[in-house]
Amino acid sequence: MGNQAISIKSLEKRFQHKQVIAPLSLDVPKGQLMGLLGPSGCGKTTLIKMIMGMLKPDSGTIQVLDLNVPHKQLLNDIGYMAQSDALYTDLTGEENLHFFAKLYSLSKAERIERVAYAASLVRLTDDLRQKVENYSGGMKRRLSLAIALIQNPKLLILDEPTVGIDPVLKKEIWQELIRLKDQEQKTILVTTHAMDEAERCDQLAMLRSGHIIAQGTPQELKEHYQAKDFDEVFVKAGGDVQ
Amino acid sequence: MRISAIITRIIQQMKRDRRTLALLFLAPLLVLSLMYFIFNSNEASVTLVVSNAPAPLIDKLKETDFTIIVDNDFSKKQLQDKEYNGWLAVEQNVSKLTLLNDDPSLAKALTMQLAQILQPTQASIGSMKTDYVYGDQDTAIFDIFSPMLIGFFVFFFVFLITGTALLKERTSGTLERLLATPIKRSEIVAGYMVGYGLFAFLQTIIIVLFGIYVLDIVHVGSIWLVLLINMMVALVSLSLGALLSSFAASEFQMMQFIPLVIVPQVFFSGIFPLDSMAEWLQNIGRIMPLYYAADALNGVMYKGYSLSDIIVNLSILACFAIVFIMLNIISLKKYRSL
Repeated sequence: MGNQAISIKSLEKRFQHKQVIAPLSLDVPKGQLMGLLGPSGCGKTTLIKMIMGMLKPDSGTIQVLDLNVPHKQLLNDIGYMAQSDALYTDLTGEENLHFFAKLYSLSKAERIERVAYAASLVRLTDDLRQKVENYSGGMKRRLSLAIALIQNPKLLILDEPTVGIDPVLKKEIWQELIRLKDQEQKTILVTTHAMDEAERCDQLAMLRSGHIIAQGTPQELKEHYQAKDFDEVFVKAGGDVQ
Repeated sequence: MRISAIITRIIQQMKRDRRTLALLFLAPLLVLSLMYFIFNSNEASVTLVVSNAPAPLIDKLKETDFTIIVDNDFSKKQLQDKEYNGWLAVEQNVSKLTLLNDDPSLAKALTMQLAQILQPTQASIGSMKTDYVYGDQDTAIFDIFSPMLIGFFVFFFVFLITGTALLKERTSGTLERLLATPIKRSEIVAGYMVGYGLFAFLQTIIIVLFGIYVLDIVHVGSIWLVLLINMMVALVSLSLGALLSSFAASEFQMMQFIPLVIVPQVFFSGIFPLDSMAEWLQNIGRIMPLYYAADALNGVMYKGYSLSDIIVNLSILACFAIVFIMLNIISLKKYRSL
């Protein structure tokens, strides 16, 4: 048990009569960067929200950092970045960061240090005093990422973190994610539908119509499906379900 | 700490939103003034006929804004024909005031001013009996419903602003994001109550002071009690607005609560006489917070009630607020079960 950051067992969720998550089991080992790959509408966000304890599963169990979801301690240990930017647009970037830092009960000194760190990480230091409503889409995404990192959590759950971010910054963010994993032993769960990002993950789980259709390292998956790249893996793996 | 984080954030946001601040603080004053002028517009042309009055009293009456006609041989029929506003007939012990009362606000203004003038010399004139040509003393007038009007504006504007603010938080996803942090649901509700409560408090003070000192609305009782009642009204409105915002999907839907929630409360808050309503209709009034608020405000401002006279009304308002606050905390379970 101790080696898994997230452990999901026969999880199920339906909205009205639509099965969104079929009975699904998934383990995310500690200290790894796990990519959750799948097309829009495959249930990625639903799965993430259940791991966060924001949605109640119909059946099955989720354990995060050896605690059963939902658990109060977990809200402190997980850094979360939602798919849509949930920011106070009439406040400045700095005020947004400080607001969330206060919610994690950081002391004033810690707060100032973490705000400065998180802002520099996403290259927003120079724009902190601007109101968020004047930010571009990419800047808002970066600010959301900074907020997810603000309390220095053990586990990062990022729902499509690089949507709307230009390739240069996208590369930098991925470098930073890998650094966080390698040097600070953080576990990271990232959802994406960008195949180039999939290559960078330690582990991949491919989600389609609420099923995990394939799981393994990027290399394993490519070999297994005898594919050159992930677009091909995806098409071939998807064919198995139908 | 977390509560104060929310409070600070609300203050920062409000300070940037000048228009909302203006709506909160200036709009009630504007509407209140407008209503005041509409209801008091012809107050200057009050004509009073006086019969058999002693000279000092006549002199005193002439100091007022009234047009005074001295006529010792006058009748109720003449009053009706000539459409004067009132006729004061002084007899040995009882002075008799006959009011035309075609416009209740004028009649009321006349009575009130006469009562003030006659008060110090009451011994010489004796008690005053009032008679009406049209209607009676229970006819609604601005002086009676202006206290309720103050309560209504506090309720209305606070409801509107908190309702839409919390709605924005729901639709923009920030509420969901908030609940992904260790904040307690009760802390969110408390933060909201205090944060917007501060602005509601400022608004209440401004409306009450403006109503009393600028518009000169009658206030017999303590101004502190008036503030206390209005604070309670603000709290009820704050919690109700926050609660109803969870049933609205957009600002437009939030507006739709106005005819449903706000307007009916006005009907039961004293503009229309409640006593003449059917029993079942009166019972509907009893589930509305403004009914109790108007009753308490009217009691204090118009009748000079003290705290012990309005404690029941205040307690009922407090119960409304507590119930709404609890429901708010429960309704947040939709986003997080913890």
